[in-house]
Amino acid sequence: MNDTQIPDLETTDVVKNFGATVAVDQVNFEVKKGAFFSILGPSGCGKTTLMRMIAGFEGPSSGDILIRGSSVIDVPPNRRPVNMVFQHLALFPMMNVAKNIGYGLRRRGISGKEIDRAVDAVLERVGLPGMGPRKIDQLSGGQKQRIAIARCLILEPTLLLLDEPLGALDLKLREQMKIELKQLQAEIGTTFLYITHDQSEALVMSDQVAVMNHGRFEQVATPQELYYRPNTSFVAGFVGDANRWSGKVETVSGDELRLHGQGGVAIVATAVGGISVGMDVEIFVRPESVFISRAEAEIAEFDNKIEGAVDSLLFDGGRSSALISVAGDDRDISVALPQTGQFSNLQAGEKVYLGWQADQTRCFAANNVGS
Amino acid sequence: MTEIGSSDLGATPAKLPTSVRRQPGVARLWFYLLLLPPVLWLGLLIILPHIQLFILSLKEKVAPRVYTYGLDNYIGFFNEPLYWMTLLRTATISILATALTLVIAFPVAYYIAKMLRGRTKNLIFVLALLPFWVSELVRTLGWIMLLRETGIISNTLLSLGLIPERVELLGNDAAIITGLVYTSMLFMVVPLINSLDSLDDSLIEAAYDLGGKGVAILREIIIPHAMPGIVAGSIVVFMLTLGNIVTPAFLGGKNSIWFTDQIYQKFIVRFNWEQGSAFGFLLLITSSLVVWLGLKLTRQSLAKTIT
Ligand SMILES: Nc1ncnc2c1ncn2[C@@H]1O[C@H](COP(=O)(O)OP(=O)(O)OP(=O)(O)O)[C@@H](O)[C@H]1O
Ligand SMILES: [Mg+2]
Repeated sequence: MNDTQIPDLETTDVVKNFGATVAVDQVNFEVKKGAFFSILGPSGCGKTTLMRMIAGFEGPSSGDILIRGSSVIDVPPNRRPVNMVFQHLALFPMMNVAKNIGYGLRRRGISGKEIDRAVDAVLERVGLPGMGPRKIDQLSGGQKQRIAIARCLILEPTLLLLDEPLGALDLKLREQMKIELKQLQAEIGTTFLYITHDQSEALVMSDQVAVMNHGRFEQVATPQELYYRPNTSFVAGFVGDANRWSGKVETVSGDELRLHGQGGVAIVATAVGGISVGMDVEIFVRPESVFISRAEAEIAEFDNKIEGAVDSLLFDGGRSSALISVAGDDRDISVALPQTGQFSNLQAGEKVYLGWQADQTRCFAANNVGS
Repeated sequence: MTEIGSSDLGATPAKLPTSVRRQPGVARLWFYLLLLPPVLWLGLLIILPHIQLFILSLKEKVAPRVYTYGLDNYIGFFNEPLYWMTLLRTATISILATALTLVIAFPVAYYIAKMLRGRTKNLIFVLALLPFWVSELVRTLGWIMLLRETGIISNTLLSLGLIPERVELLGNDAAIITGLVYTSMLFMVVPLINSLDSLDDSLIEAAYDLGGKGVAILREIIIPHAMPGIVAGSIVVFMLTLGNIVTPAFLGGKNSIWFTDQIYQKFIVRFNWEQGSAFGFLLLITSSLVVWLGLKLTRQSLAKTIT
């Protein structure tokens, strides 16, 4: 019973220094059993380093890593109940598919017949039955992907680590594998720790996402929370698209702030973290939070109101948007176009009215700006 | 006459085709010109002498300046135990020396290719090559300095009181093997480093991650990947060792004659070019046979080694 209470993975104050560079800085988090946990961050933020410490290829400079409640700092990688899908898959080209998948079981000294049966079963599970005799270079990118995962799953690890496993695939296949991976994880119930720099991958697949920057975790939350309630300006800027202004706070009442953005746009916003009058801040508004209308009356109820002219239309099917130029701001405001049809005949140069609420306008102190 | 007339009338259309037609001709000429050096090299330095040698090896002297053709030179080889025993010994020791070179060179190559990075890697690599800037003769003489009775090793052991009197370390098979391994190192290390360099570190890590241990990973991942380098290095070292003449002559003694020395004796001392040629051919056949057998046993092919 108590088993479910112990997290599959827990790190406490993990730090990794490479000489003067701090690759991972005071990272604390836990991953619950059966969860799909993603670490999202820009290139070079320390994701791989963190994962390599969990797999055992790198020792932390300080801090502790616990798997199922016991420290694994002194356990070598070949005896950790963790398996890793490498960034470039690392399938063994000198072996065929069946030999690749059976590798781990062979190392455990399991009999040949049993291995064959297990290999067939796991091939079935990843949707590639009968592929055993194939050579690695006879597989497509997506098939290699699945073989690399099968090679780990056959060992029934407590925790499966995946380091940007979709990075090498083309866009179409990536979209498809995203869904397949999520379904596979839900089916088998293995805990996944997934690394990516692609926010869409993290948002679509995960139960929990940690956003990492410069070796630190900025925020650990569900995808919805990250998207709608980012805690730092880095998260707000990195996850999803956003219109961004900087400015100086003029008045504060409770959580509500008033200020003029650079260029002179008047903004009513919600403060995140302690913010006082006179502070330099950054303001973020999602394109889909901005209401667009041709009639001024329709935006009357919004906290923020502005009028502008269509500068250009960016058609992208269901995700089409418009760039609106407003008086007094040299940068255009990006607005998601509703797909109900009334804007299908929108023309460049047309006059429009924009409105958005203060609680969807998040404001952060400017000193913790990310990259 | 008609041609001149027509080209006079419509100068450009008549001339254009000829100049276009000439282009492939020029290209072909260049192709043959470029082909000439390798063909000459192969033909004049390798194929021609071998044909000459082969014909020579079939000649038998019946009386002064009177020759017939036959297999007597080859039969003579098999009838005289000294000859075929020498060849057998030479081949065996060469195989042994090749294996030993591989065993010593592999960790060195692995260390340079996989453990070192950047400038240290280049530096150590150059240091490993440094002894080979000196000629083989000088290097072999160096070993004589070390191994002879009044040499450094013997003297050191004596002054340390480890041996009662000086020992002669030259003139035996061990001395030959030592010299051969040393001489061959470079030709093994370079192809090994080449093939190990291309081994992705993440393959080794993946093998560890999946529960592999040192020896199993070496056997299942590293060696199969390095196989082309191992085969290439071994073939080169074996050929060089089998055909070596300086090292065995300097470091070996009367009891450890190398087959090349027998060929030398036939040609230069006995002036028996016919039998010398036959011996030369037998050496060529032996080395080809051993290489072929080695490839078969390790299930490798020359084509795989080259690509
Ligand atoms: N072995 C090492 N020695 C020195 N510095 C290293 C080493 N490995 C990583 N680093 C540094 O640590 C930082 C984090 O690297 P890491 O590979 O973890 O990034 P990442 O988030 O995985 O990036 P990417 O998305 O590009 O894979 C980088 O600045 C990198 O240069
Ligand atoms: Mg990485």
